[in-house]
Amino acid sequence: MAYLELDRVAKQFGAQTVVDDFSLSVGKGEFISFLGPSGCGKTTTLQMIAGFLDPTRGAIRLEGKDLTAIHPAKRGLGIVFQSYALFPHMTAAENVAFGLEMRNVPRNERAERVRAALAMVGLAGYEDRHPRRMSGGQQQRVALARALVIKPSVLLLDEPLSNLDAKLREEMQIELRQIQRTIGTTTILVTHDQNEAMSLSDRIVVMSQGKIEQIGTPQETYEKPASAFVSQFLGKTNDFAGTIDRTVAPTQLVAGSWRAPAPAGLGGPVTVSVRPERIGFGDTGLSAKIIARIFQGNHWLFQCDSECGPAIVIRQNDGQAQPAEGDAVRLTWRPEDMSVRARADA
Amino acid sequence: MSAAAEERSARAPWALTAPALMLFVGVLLIPLAMTVMLSFHDWGQYKGIEPVFILKNWHEIATDPYYAEMFWRTFRIAILTTFLTAVLGAPEAYILNRMSGRWKSFFLLIILGPLLISVVARTLGWALLFGGNNGLVNKLLMSLGAIRSPIPFMFTETGMVIALAHVMMPFMVLSVWAALQRLDPQIENAAMSLGASPATIIRRIIMPQIMPGVLSGAIIVFSLSASAFATPAIIGGRRLKVAATLAYDEFLNTLNWPLGAAVATLLLVALVLIVVGSNSLIERRYAEVFR
Repeated sequence: MAYLELDRVAKQFGAQTVVDDFSLSVGKGEFISFLGPSGCGKTTTLQMIAGFLDPTRGAIRLEGKDLTAIHPAKRGLGIVFQSYALFPHMTAAENVAFGLEMRNVPRNERAERVRAALAMVGLAGYEDRHPRRMSGGQQQRVALARALVIKPSVLLLDEPLSNLDAKLREEMQIELRQIQRTIGTTTILVTHDQNEAMSLSDRIVVMSQGKIEQIGTPQETYEKPASAFVSQFLGKTNDFAGTIDRTVAPTQLVAGSWRAPAPAGLGGPVTVSVRPERIGFGDTGLSAKIIARIFQGNHWLFQCDSECGPAIVIRQNDGQAQPAEGDAVRLTWRPEDMSVRARADA
Repeated sequence: MSAAAEERSARAPWALTAPALMLFVGVLLIPLAMTVMLSFHDWGQYKGIEPVFILKNWHEIATDPYYAEMFWRTFRIAILTTFLTAVLGAPEAYILNRMSGRWKSFFLLIILGPLLISVVARTLGWALLFGGNNGLVNKLLMSLGAIRSPIPFMFTETGMVIALAHVMMPFMVLSVWAALQRLDPQIENAAMSLGASPATIIRRIIMPQIMPGVLSGAIIVFSLSASAFATPAIIGGRRLKVAATLAYDEFLNTLNWPLGAAVATLLLVALVLIVVGSNSLIERRYAEVFR
């Protein structure tokens, strides 16, 4: 049975639907990311789970119990806010102890658990610091310790790393993942950063305009995007216009001068999506001309003008000779490296 | 940089602030120094002011219990007014801050509106409302059954505190409002998610953070109330004097300028000491919140 379940949850503000028909089952101990651009409804969904907003329709259940009937203060969820929302007039230890105090945990046990929580996030010795005297990364850790010390049934993270600089963010990602693995708390992360979602989560929920575009593992969402939105949002991608040719047997998928056996169940105009790193230069395939060749250390980035429009190709810097700018090339890829969707505009 | 240029750039700040500095010295420091000097001069019914150095006025203030009573009343009224504005103004600012856009600006206008009207006009308004035993306030309270016999408001400290509290309320609300603006908008949600009840959130999370705002508002309200003139003059009349009205009467009715100057100087010194003292106390106590 699902641990946390969202059943056709919707939220409306006036006439505006912010979240629509959101259904998701989260298993115990799972790390789920809500990924999408700002305004896609991911934070609203998180706030409905937290109880700061009430869903207009639908149900949210935790271990089968209706969560929306429980007051936010009684839900026992741990939340880390984007701004951290630490209590500035309390020391780090007092911040972490607050949730335990509200639960009437005896003083001795409280001190012990606060110390353990701060040690877990690598802040042993910072007990008596006030938040304003700590760096962004340290504040973030205090916020995490404060949320985890109450042993929450679910940990909710609202863009917790977005205020950190790139290097620190990467460090915190690794650490966050390790902590989550160690204590096994079911976690939901809201983020607009696809790298963060991919490196942290067991499954990603890609959202756009209040709707779920795709739910899948990071690999699934990256390699088999369910919609044009997902393929565009998760990393760079090339979309080529193609058609399924049924006049020949077996039926063929044709994009410019590239052709392959057609996948089953599709016909007519289609969009062929291929990731730039899956395209190679070959003797046959889409003919293209290299406009720009950019060296990026461990790989080369080629901007090409192909017969099906602009294309990006990424090649590993493996010491092999690479085509130069202005060269005419043929772009080719394996059929399993592409995803084919019926074209909406045709 | 050459020595001459260095000297010139060192002089530049003085040159640039000179106009304002001269105004400050001319209209504030010089009259203030003259007032202090005046307080040491002699005065007699028939001889007028004599520019000598004596401690007669200060001795009179120090020994005559009349003046002690006056100053105690002044500070009692100021403290009660400050307390009343804090108790009413802080929740007012908090509620205001939680309102949504349109209502917020409407009620902010209502709270700040009085600042646009002369203190005299506002206090006369209160005098009309209080107006003896048949005043509107007493009639209302009696018809509601809150009181059996009318409360004397005019010429009492009660009336003065109420009128002053109304006049001073905007300063308290604005000061607490500023402190509320510094609050993290998610902080109440954070406390709630940790299991805090609304009352606990206010007591443990909101109050400690807006306390510096309440206290700095209190300093403003206290010093303005203690030196207020128009409201005590109208509500208290000649019967119930405070330090400011006392100094005024010495200057303009008795024409004993030196004594009036001594009263004014003492009020100023006492206020400066209280304000500076409590300010440094607050800054030390709330160092972490101010940072």
